[in-house]
Order: sequence, then C-alpha cells, then structure tokens
Amino acid sequence: MGNVPTTVKHCLSYEQLIEDYPWLRRWLQEDKTITGHAYPEFVKIVEVGPRDGLQNEKEIVPTGVKIQLIDMLSGTGLSVIEATSFVSSKWVPQMADHTDVLRGIQRASNVQYPVLTPNLQGFQDAVAAGATEVAVFGSASETFSKKNINCSVDESMLRFEEVINAAKKRQIPVRGYVSCALGCPHEGHIEPSKVAEVAKRLYEMGCYEISLGDTIGIGTPGSMLKMLQRVMKDVPINALAVHCHDTYGQALPNILTALQMGVSVVDSAVAGLGGCPYAQGSSGNVSTEDVLYMLHGMGIETGVNIAKVIEAGSFICSALSRKTNSKVAQARSTACCDASL
Amino acid sequence: MATVMKLVHRNALTSLMGQHCLSFSSAAAHRAAGVRAAQAFPGKVKIVEVGPRDGLQNEKTLVPTEAKIKLINMLSESGLSVIEATSFVSPKWVPQMADQVEVMKGISRKPGVTYQVLTPNLQGFQAAVKAGAPEVAIFGAASELFSKKNINCSVDESLQRFDEVMKAAKEAGVPVRGYVSCVVGCPYEGKVAPEKVAHVAKRLYSMGCYEISLGDTIGVGTPGSMTKMLEAVIKEVPVSALAVHCHDTYGQALANILVALQMGISVVDSSVAGLGGCPYAQGASGNVSTEDVVYMLHGLGIQTGVDLSKLMDAGSFICRTLNRKTSSKVAQAACKL
Repeated sequence: MGNVPTTVKHCLSYEQLIEDYPWLRRWLQEDKTITGHAYPEFVKIVEVGPRDGLQNEKEIVPTGVKIQLIDMLSGTGLSVIEATSFVSSKWVPQMADHTDVLRGIQRASNVQYPVLTPNLQGFQDAVAAGATEVAVFGSASETFSKKNINCSVDESMLRFEEVINAAKKRQIPVRGYVSCALGCPHEGHIEPSKVAEVAKRLYEMGCYEISLGDTIGIGTPGSMLKMLQRVMKDVPINALAVHCHDTYGQALPNILTALQMGVSVVDSAVAGLGGCPYAQGSSGNVSTEDVLYMLHGMGIETGVNIAKVIEAGSFICSALSRKTNSKVAQARSTACCDASL
Repeated sequence: MATVMKLVHRNALTSLMGQHCLSFSSAAAHRAAGVRAAQAFPGKVKIVEVGPRDGLQNEKTLVPTEAKIKLINMLSESGLSVIEATSFVSPKWVPQMADQVEVMKGISRKPGVTYQVLTPNLQGFQAAVKAGAPEVAIFGAASELFSKKNINCSVDESLQRFDEVMKAAKEAGVPVRGYVSCVVGCPYEGKVAPEKVAHVAKRLYSMGCYEISLGDTIGVGTPGSMTKMLEAVIKEVPVSALAVHCHDTYGQALANILVALQMGISVVDSSVAGLGGCPYAQGASGNVSTEDVVYMLHGLGIQTGVDLSKLMDAGSFICRTLNRKTSSKVAQAACKL
C-alpha cells in the first residue's frame, strides 16, 4: 500500500481521510514533510498608512504633509491607498481634513483611493468630495462594536447596508473590514464562526472584498489558520484579505500562513505607522516595507518599488519626528553594506 | 484501498466520499491548501537560548559577571533545556566574554539543562573543559570572505582547526554542536549558494557534530531563500540534526522559522529580549527574541517546555541591567496592556 495511485491521492476524500486518521499517513508511508506550498504569483498590497496608520498616531499631521505622503505612495506602484476617513472629526480629529485631503491629492490613474465611511452621512460627504471607493468596518466582537462605534454588530450591519445600497446606486465599490478577527481586547478569544458570520454578511450585502483584521495583533499562525479555514467556507478566498497587526511580532508569519491558504491581498502601513491603541507604545500595523521584502524574497510579484516606499516612509517619519517601525527601512539606512537580497 | 476500507468505518468513509469527492472546484482546491498548511508542524520544538553568549557578545555595554550569572540562572528556571552560557575565545577579541571561567563556575546548574560554550580552537576547548563545560560549540561559515574577515582563515582551514577540537571532544566524551554562519547571505559576498551551505554543514556533521545550527547571520533571508537553502542541506544532513538561527534584522525571522518548521526542523535558536544587535547594521536588530518565538510556537500548539512569563522576567532583568529596551514585541505588548 506504499504506492497509492496518484488519481486516488488527488481525490479530496483521500486528503480528508489522512487528516482524520493520521496513522493512515504513516501506514501508507505518505508521512513526508511538505515543503512545497503553492503561493499566489501576485499579491495586491492595500496601503493603509495614510488612514489607519495616521489615525493611530498622536501627533496631528498637517494636511499638506498627508497629501505629500499619499502622492509619494502613488508613485511607488501601489494600486490601493486608503486615503482618509469620513468619520466625525469630534471622534477622530486626525481625519478632520478628509475633504481637503481627497481633493488635494494627485490621483494616479491606476490607483484606487478608498475612504472609510462609517454611515450614510459619511458616505454622502465622501461622494461630494470625489471618493470613488469606500470602506465599511464591522466587528466580530459585540463588546468591541459597542465600545468602538456605540452599537451592536447587528445594528452596525444595518448602517452599512444603507451605505452599500447607496454605493451600489452610484456604482461605487465597497470594501468590508472585520475587526477582532483573531481576538478582542475586551472579550479575549473570538470564535472563527463569528468572524465567518460577519464576513459573510458583508460579502452578501455587496462588499467586493473582506479584510480580516487582527486588531490587537494577538493572532499566531495557529489561530490564523483556524479562522481562515472557517471563513473560507462562507466567502470565496479571492474576496479575502488579511490585515495583520504586529503588536506581538506575529504579523509576517500570520501573513505567510494566509498566503499558504490562498489569500492574495494584504493590508499594511508604510513605516508601520499607527501604534496599538490597546497597548500603549506597542506597534500596530505591519510595515509595508517588511511585507514587500518578504513577498519579493519569495518571488511573489506586487508591482511595488520597495525603495520608493522606504522613501515615503522616511518622509512621514521625519514629519512625525519618530523612528520607523519597519525593520527593513532601519537596516537599509544603517547597513554598512547593502547585502539584502 | 480495499484493506483501508476494512479498517475504516464504512459509513464514515461513505459520507466523507459523498461530501468531498464531488467536484474539483477552486474552493475545494483551496480547502486542500488549508489542509496542507495545517499538517506540517512538529509536536515539540527545542529552543536553544543564545542570549547570554551570542546576545551579550553583541551588546556594547560590558555586563558584570554577577548579572550574567543571574541571567543564566533565571533562564534555567524558565524551562529552557539548552542555554549557551559563554565563549572560550580570547578576551582580547571579545572582552564581553573575558569572565568565561567565573561564569561557568558561578552558575547554578539545573538538572536537565545543557550549558553550551563556544570553543573556537583547541586551547579554548581545553580551557572550557577545565572550567567544567559539559558541551561545546564550533562555528563555521558558508562564505569564504566572511571566514577570512571574521577568523582570519579560509573555510577549509577553519574546518581543519575544528578537527582538532572534535578529536579532543570525542576523547573527552563531550558533545559538539556546529554552527554555519551566512547561510543565506553574507555582508561581503552577498548571496550564498545553498550547495556551499550544504557542503559545510555536511562536513561538520561528518566530523561528529550532533547538531548543525544554520545561521542567517545578517537576517537577509526570506521564506523563499530559507526554503531553497534548507532543501539543499536536508539532502546532506538529516533534518533531525538541523537547527535554524534566524536574525530579525529585516523582520523576517519568525516567517523564516515558520517555513523551517514546516520543512521538519524542530530546533530553533533565539535570544531572550532579542539581545544582540547586528554588527553589520548599526542600531538594527539581530537575534530573534525568544519570547516572540515561544509565543508563536505555543499559538501553534507546539510544546517547548518554556514558561513565557518567567522568560519575560529574565528578559526584563537583563534589559534593566543593560539600560535598554527589550527587542521582544511580546514583552513590550505584555507589559503595556
């Protein structure tokens, strides 16, 4: 029985069989180390620095600087740059200049500039300011939803439905986010089935892509795998993205796991902008530079020029008077010899 | 398959076949990818803690002997089974390790914990044995230029030196661990051929090293280059005798460790608090933090025997002593939540 015919091996029941009965693998002498994972050939990076990044920085950044950052990022090859958020400036002062930013940037023809729109009012303001793509933020945690946007997950879905319907009428694509996909600062463990439920609702309402966010960076390849396995049952893999935080240093292995599962869209922030609001002084978003370094090192295309991203990162860090969170940017700026591959 | 049918409950098999063998849609293929991604990890991983030697050696501040001893004792209590304690290299070259004998004699040796020391040559080996070292380590390089600049001789010449150490160690019944540095890239040569790494690893293994630790000395590796290198080495050295020593200079260490585990590696080197910067990129990080590695492994359900909170205590202690921030993200996050 050592030579199982290839036709049988490729039947998925065989895969399921050896997953359910591990002794079978050994008995059939199929217990070999799996080295060859199939990775996507191309990964789309969704750059969230100007919005998610800056939103979590303490210093208020002048409008002109935001515009310059986005313009620099537009020249790097990135195809999606989250520009700003049409949320009330009372809640998020950093994004108070949303209209000026959207009107002030020089839009590259092959780049999308999605903006956050938490409700219909925000959506209407965004459209008036020229937005051509929007995003809505759901949560897999009830407590997080209540504390963050003052309503339950169900209530938030009703709000988003209004936005999505209005967006459909104007043929404006909507991206959906699910936060706390791997853990919640209030509830702790989040069931993958809850993440799947919220992702499925957003997808069925009309979001073209669902970004699954590890909001507090607590996930590991173990929890990422379980969550994705469950979500993939309800949402097609090519409509999924991962938004990993690096608070516990796990972002890159989590992204790698997602790629091995077939995910090919990754959110990241230039220079790792945006700390973690739940762990003062800790890092938040994973750095775009570090993600690019990994992807390019694996032969995965992104269309992005890493050196230009490093420049943009250097610019915004100067403006914020802070060090970059990107290890690639740090190493490149101090290396005595450019030995990076 | 007929034999299998007898052993497996028929109903279960039928329902599985019914559910899963209907189509080869892309969703099904992705599910298979998920199954493959889930299968590849060892149940246990041995951590080799290199903080007290590799870590401190690359720190600018000279650490008092008592602080080194206390660090090693705290690490011994955290469940680690291997701790690289010091280096029997000339203090002229590495002042940080000048107190090698006092450290070896001063630590409280916990049963079940191995205290390795570096021995670059026969003289170092003899001094190490005299000071009570139960296990030693030797360092080769996969890059000729690195070997010449680092220890002033070619790779072949260094292996001949180690031959003397190996013979003496065999006679004394002392196990020897081998390290290969620059396994993915060299600060002078750039890319390093996987075959060269395999050649050096094989030599060290054939000479008698029980384990070969493959070091990404400047942290330039990615899961891509790591996989290629490991594929070449695994052809020459059994995977159970291999370890990875990843640097986090480009933030790639944990991702590289993950692919190494998926290839069957079950020994990982790391340094508490990520001690030890990169001597080739001032201010950049070097060793990967043990805390971050343990966090990832435990999250994967992999056993390490390590108590993360005791480990963090040790990291916190040495960072206070060095008056520096930890490089571990887990330690940073845990104390701020």
